[in-house]
Amino acid sequence: MNILVVGCGKIGSTIVASLVEEGHNVMAVDNNPAVLESITNIYDVMTVCGSGTDCDILAEAGAADAELVVAVTASDEFNMLCCYLAKKMGAQHTIARIRKPEYNINSLSFLKQQLGLSLIINPEMLAAKEIHNIIKVPSALKIESFSGRNFEIIEIMIGEGSPLHNIKLMDIRSKFKAKFLVSVVLRNNEVFIPDGHFVLRQGDKIGLTGESGEIIKLLRALGVERKQARNIMILGGSSTAYYLSKLLIETGHRVKITERSESRCDELSDLLPKAVIINSDGAQQEVLEEEGLNTTDAFVALTGMDEQNILISVFARNKHVPKVITKINRPELSEMARNLGLDTVISPKKIVSDILVQYARALENSLGSNVETLYKIMDDKAEVMEFNVRADFKYTNTPLKSLKFRPNLLIGGIIRNRKSILPTGDDVIMVGDRVIVVSESRRLNDLSDILQ
Amino acid sequence: MMNRRMILIRIGQMLILESILLLLPLIVSLIYQEWSSLTAFAETMGITAVLGILTILLIKPHSQVIYAREGFAIVSAAWILLSLFGALPFFISGEIPNYIDAVFETVSGFTTTGATILTDVEKMSHGMLFWRSFTHWIGGMGVLVLIMAIVPTDSGRSIHIMRAEMAGPVIGKLVPKLKDTAKILYILYLVLTVLQAILLLLGGMPLFDSAVHALGTAGTGGFGIKADSIASYSPYLQWVIIVFMYLFSLNFNLYYLLILRKFVSVVKNTELWVYTAIVFISSAFITYNIFPVYGNFHDSFRHAMFQVLSISSTSGFSSADFNTWPTLSKAILFLLMFMGGCAGSTAGGLKMSRVMLLSKTVRRDIGHLLHPRSVSAVKFEGKTVDNNTIQSVSAYFVLYIFLNACTFFILSFEPFDMETNLSAAVSCVNNVGPGFSVVGPMGSYEGYSDFSTVVLTVAMLFGRLEIYPLLLALSPRSWFTRSNIHRRRPA
Repeated sequence: MNILVVGCGKIGSTIVASLVEEGHNVMAVDNNPAVLESITNIYDVMTVCGSGTDCDILAEAGAADAELVVAVTASDEFNMLCCYLAKKMGAQHTIARIRKPEYNINSLSFLKQQLGLSLIINPEMLAAKEIHNIIKVPSALKIESFSGRNFEIIEIMIGEGSPLHNIKLMDIRSKFKAKFLVSVVLRNNEVFIPDGHFVLRQGDKIGLTGESGEIIKLLRALGVERKQARNIMILGGSSTAYYLSKLLIETGHRVKITERSESRCDELSDLLPKAVIINSDGAQQEVLEEEGLNTTDAFVALTGMDEQNILISVFARNKHVPKVITKINRPELSEMARNLGLDTVISPKKIVSDILVQYARALENSLGSNVETLYKIMDDKAEVMEFNVRADFKYTNTPLKSLKFRPNLLIGGIIRNRKSILPTGDDVIMVGDRVIVVSESRRLNDLSDILQ
Repeated sequence: MMNRRMILIRIGQMLILESILLLLPLIVSLIYQEWSSLTAFAETMGITAVLGILTILLIKPHSQVIYAREGFAIVSAAWILLSLFGALPFFISGEIPNYIDAVFETVSGFTTTGATILTDVEKMSHGMLFWRSFTHWIGGMGVLVLIMAIVPTDSGRSIHIMRAEMAGPVIGKLVPKLKDTAKILYILYLVLTVLQAILLLLGGMPLFDSAVHALGTAGTGGFGIKADSIASYSPYLQWVIIVFMYLFSLNFNLYYLLILRKFVSVVKNTELWVYTAIVFISSAFITYNIFPVYGNFHDSFRHAMFQVLSISSTSGFSSADFNTWPTLSKAILFLLMFMGGCAGSTAGGLKMSRVMLLSKTVRRDIGHLLHPRSVSAVKFEGKTVDNNTIQSVSAYFVLYIFLNACTFFILSFEPFDMETNLSAAVSCVNNVGPGFSVVGPMGSYEGYSDFSTVVLTVAMLFGRLEIYPLLLALSPRSWFTRSNIHRRRPA
């Protein structure tokens, strides 16, 4: 598929990387020749140097033949104009990054409709939503939901002394009396799609699929799920912090934000009357302790500097804060953070590029079963996808046990009429179902791809 | 440290490809029932295939990542080995008994030079003559680019290989994917070659001759199969070769733009027009200058055009012995040797776009002397050229002159006149082929000693790969940079 990416900054280059990896024909436009040069040296893309709102440049970059145009420069208005022009020139789908709160609150759907945008992405908002999901279930390292929001995949770590240690998967459901499926296991950086004879060990990271209620039940039974995290401390008053606080306050959490800039504090206190805003440098340890780091249930580091986020998160971890969430933008640093013991790392640009990969895959097959949602899990070593089953899927109403599946993947669940099914050999796939497939980084475009 | 395993793997692939390509001359030998060359090709195929397959099977890379220096190393090593193995058929069959001469002939082929050490080319077997011209075709666009087009590659970093192998100051892609770009280039190349062969056939040239000359023109090589090169063919056939020498010395991107129907971009290409203008002006001068020799306008113009295009496209065919022409004509041809064709073509030389950039830079710098506070940008093809590019083009020019000078100096130990040595050096560095005097269009490089033959061989490789790859690959620092401190392996 021909994809045009305008703006190759932090987010842009990540998008380029993941789209190239997906095998698309990617054109990159930026007005900084040095950035473009470094991109061409690493990825198989073609670049055009110039402004993305210059019609000549767009024409040179092939906007007219592009199936998808993604505008992710730093300026919202620039992105909108770029997408608008590209659409008028003949691009089929356009995606703009729009992140100013004023656009997002009131005029979003109007803008989307008027500019003919297929999708608007707001990385800060997406990151906030993901963090919010995690805070709801603090024992999860990652939690992603599928259509209807009732069915989820959740990543947890089997810690020391966990009752899951040394348990065979076929015995697990009877022992904990909850309906869920262990879909994927990460052990020593290697992904396993387990069968019933797989024995869990301490130190494994496992991915569970199931209904939200059932998963909570399991976590309670495991004894890892404490009471709801109530007091949340956020370091840095960025827009992600603002969106997150808004979501948290709506769900009844108590939020405390520390922010260095006085004027930003004023703005935040105006926008978030229910939050406690502390004007101080969050890097000062005494301030954090004075403001109750010891009693907080979750600590979220959201400053603009990865290094600061990592260091203060390590400090919070050492102070035994139950849940520490760290925002890290540079992928090489998130690897380091994991080595330092920070298990919950959020990267806004990863979230955005996952969404784009998913969007591009869905566009690629407008027929047949569609990729509805796609998440990368287990440190990006596995994928979980939700397919929408259309009428032309050949194997409807065939019991799963008589289908031949490819190795290294499994069906983690089937959502039918808002009810979810944890599949057994006798279950069937029906038209209109949504099928959740967990796969070890194999590129799947279509539901039929899971069969041999 | 170099990713040596990836370098070896690429070279392994190259060897396998060479073995496959040798199939064509083998078939030619079979058709003409030349058994000694047939066995020579078969043996070479066997050796390259076994070595290539062993390399690929035995070596498992730690990482796929390659950087610019690996790109340079791959290209240099591949070209050297390609030539060393490509020379085996000549040597094994005994048609060129001296291995150094055989390597010279092969390098001359792959680098699309067309300089020969053969004194009687008509004695060679058909298979060998075909292989000689086929090396032009392979070397013209580049063997590693061919691998890119047909072998599924894994990473975008192969751009480093393409940059090192393709000639010209800036290498642009035609389409986002490198593999597709390589494919498009090779398809264009193939189509134009076949077209030329058909036009030659229609003019009454025998099939074998048509194929060989089309291959030689496409790569802008210039190996002929007759003692007098093209002179004995009809004027129509000479015109066909003139037109195709012109077409193959243009930037291939232009053909792709034509297919995309972007005619405006083609018309606006200044390099194209400047090159065309230089070709016509030079031909006009030479036509006037050699008119007394031929006595009629048509012959004079045709010979002038043929020689001008043969030299400026760095092919090296000849329709007349320009050695006997007046000094003015020879001087023009000598200067054209330096210029070469357009960037992005199969031609050698300095390249038109570099010449244009250099002269524009000089003009800017002179303006700067007159108005020291002036700020002005160098513009090329409607875009401002950044200072890095200007700097690298200037640096390349210095190295290029140095290379010419060195080669000339070393050749001067030979007992030939200065015209011979100077033209031989320039001709080989620029991948033209013939020079003047002893190494003229009807002569050969046979008189040079083994040592000078090796020097000229190296000069041709330097010229084809545009100096940097070989220079960097030969420098020990790019191979042996290791930390002095002993590192503990992470658990």
